[in-house]
Amino acid sequence: MIEARGLCKRFQDKKRGEIRAVDNVSFRCEPGKIYGLLGANGAGKTTTLRMLATILEPTDGTALICGHDVVEHPEKVRANVGFLSTATALYPRLSAREMVEYFGRLNGLDEATLKTRVDELFTRLDMNDFRDRRCDKLSTGMKQKTSIARTLIHDPQVMIFDEPTLGLDIMTARAIVAFIRECRDRGKTVIFSTHVMSEVEKLCDVIGIIHDGKLLTEGTLAQLREKYAERDLEEIFVKIVSPHYVLAEAH
Amino acid sequence: MSVRNQVTVYKKELTEALRDHRTLLSSILVPLLLFPILTVVLGDAAAELYGEAMREPSSVMLLGGTDSPAVLEGLRNVKNLKLVPTSSDYVDLISNKKIRAAIDLPPGFQASAEHGEHPAVKIYIFSGDLKSTLGATRVEKFFTEYRDAAVRRRLSAEKLPEDLMKSFDIKQENVVSPEKVAAETYGGFIPYIVILMCMTGAMYPAMDITAGEKERGTMETILSSPISRTDLALGKFYLVVTASLVTAFLSVISMGTSVALLSSFVGKGIEGEEIPILPMHLKTVIAVFVVALPVAVLFAAVLLTISLFARSQKEAQSYLTPLTFVVIVPALAAVLPGIELTPKLAIVPILNASLLCKELVSGTYHWNYIALIFLSTSVYAAAALFLAVKMFQRESVLFRS
Repeated sequence: MIEARGLCKRFQDKKRGEIRAVDNVSFRCEPGKIYGLLGANGAGKTTTLRMLATILEPTDGTALICGHDVVEHPEKVRANVGFLSTATALYPRLSAREMVEYFGRLNGLDEATLKTRVDELFTRLDMNDFRDRRCDKLSTGMKQKTSIARTLIHDPQVMIFDEPTLGLDIMTARAIVAFIRECRDRGKTVIFSTHVMSEVEKLCDVIGIIHDGKLLTEGTLAQLREKYAERDLEEIFVKIVSPHYVLAEAH
Repeated sequence: MSVRNQVTVYKKELTEALRDHRTLLSSILVPLLLFPILTVVLGDAAAELYGEAMREPSSVMLLGGTDSPAVLEGLRNVKNLKLVPTSSDYVDLISNKKIRAAIDLPPGFQASAEHGEHPAVKIYIFSGDLKSTLGATRVEKFFTEYRDAAVRRRLSAEKLPEDLMKSFDIKQENVVSPEKVAAETYGGFIPYIVILMCMTGAMYPAMDITAGEKERGTMETILSSPISRTDLALGKFYLVVTASLVTAFLSVISMGTSVALLSSFVGKGIEGEEIPILPMHLKTVIAVFVVALPVAVLFAAVLLTISLFARSQKEAQSYLTPLTFVVIVPALAAVLPGIELTPKLAIVPILNASLLCKELVSGTYHWNYIALIFLSTSVYAAAALFLAVKMFQRESVLFRS
């Protein structure tokens, strides 16, 4: 379970002054559901997800992940979270197995459990052919599988994906989408950010549209279609975001 | 804090470092091979140049001396001395190394010397040039013998004993062990090398595991794991300290080998004296490394902090290169003559370790200074480490863009 309560993140910029990257964002994601955070570049998706993963600390507000507060107990939160983004790269000089084992150890797994988990994951993700190959020698698809194994090694209850398909070829992107769906089917709480409408339509149980750091609306696809009297998600998105663009430009 | 997590990070960083060619090059290969190679190449070249200078006859110009035939004849008979025709551009000729020296004999020198009128002989040389110095030494030797012979002739003519002019002798005698002589002569290079290598050995790994991680995108990966940032900082810090100490240790070993090689090349100094060899006892090596430990900790923490602040390895390098010069100056202090440990200098970071190491190498153990320096350097190191750990907790540093 993820529960964001008035999350805010402000940065100081020398030229632009205070920047409100995330402004009072609240939402809930339930186990066995996929929450899609939809927004343009710079809308605040990555900052929100980084706060949920405790990589960044909220300036105001908080969030509960599996009952643990992200501000009070960030380490407990991270033990329950699997975080995957295009920015979470692999250590080039470690093999795929060493990479996954390293994160297993940091998640407190004992050696016997770790071995069992690694064998199980490598078989499930069909990684045994390259388990001892260095990460800098892996193809994009192999790297992505290794990253997935890394996020799953401690069997987290919550999965956070930050634009996980960005820049990937179609086959690798499809594999990621299938993996996200599998996480949901296994009862995990899943949140993922994207600006690809088709991914949201295919995957998400609940959609939140974020713009300029604010969560403008949320609901199921059916609820959004009804509320904004549009069939196409892209049209809905434009309808919601456009007035804010106009306001921002006027401002 | 979890020691288990720190060890996990340390082991992983060590594995990666041992697989990185650049780390292996800067931390192991360079310190291990640099000194022996430099010694073999430079030692061989120096021995060859010195031998050549010794074999080559010195071209010397005599200015004046037409009224001193015995002096002229004597100079012509000096082995390895070649008189060249007189010309007025002798300064240019010496500067351009066409001749090695010029002898300025005053008019009536021979007669004046025979009558004990103390005429002065001037030798013009290119100061600092080995061949010019050698030429001047040969000329000086001739004139010393000529003067002694003139004195003897005059004493003999007066029927006086030859030792009349030498009512007593003055002799310098070294009472200090060869170990201390060697330490005083060039023992200062040991701390210089140890300190410099502590720094250079730590530099590349520090950049690689901080700014390098930001650049490769693995920093966000590790920050998403449950490890605390303090444990992460400490695990990385242990690796940098290890690299620093290993590099310094290998440098000392390699330098010891080089000194042995050097003695086989040269053997004797310019005036034929024995070159004192610096013995490196196990006790000395251990003592030097006890002093080097807080220095390595200090460097590791400072380098980690600065590198973490940088956005890329290139940026980190531009910060750390000037830092090398900041370290070289106090590290060189021990090489300079006349600087000795005082209570004030004992609390100046790096300089104190440099001076203490020199004392330890010579076998002198001032326990009060050892305690003070170890303690003060440890305090600086702890402060730098505290800062490094704090930097790992700052988002503005970790996600600086």
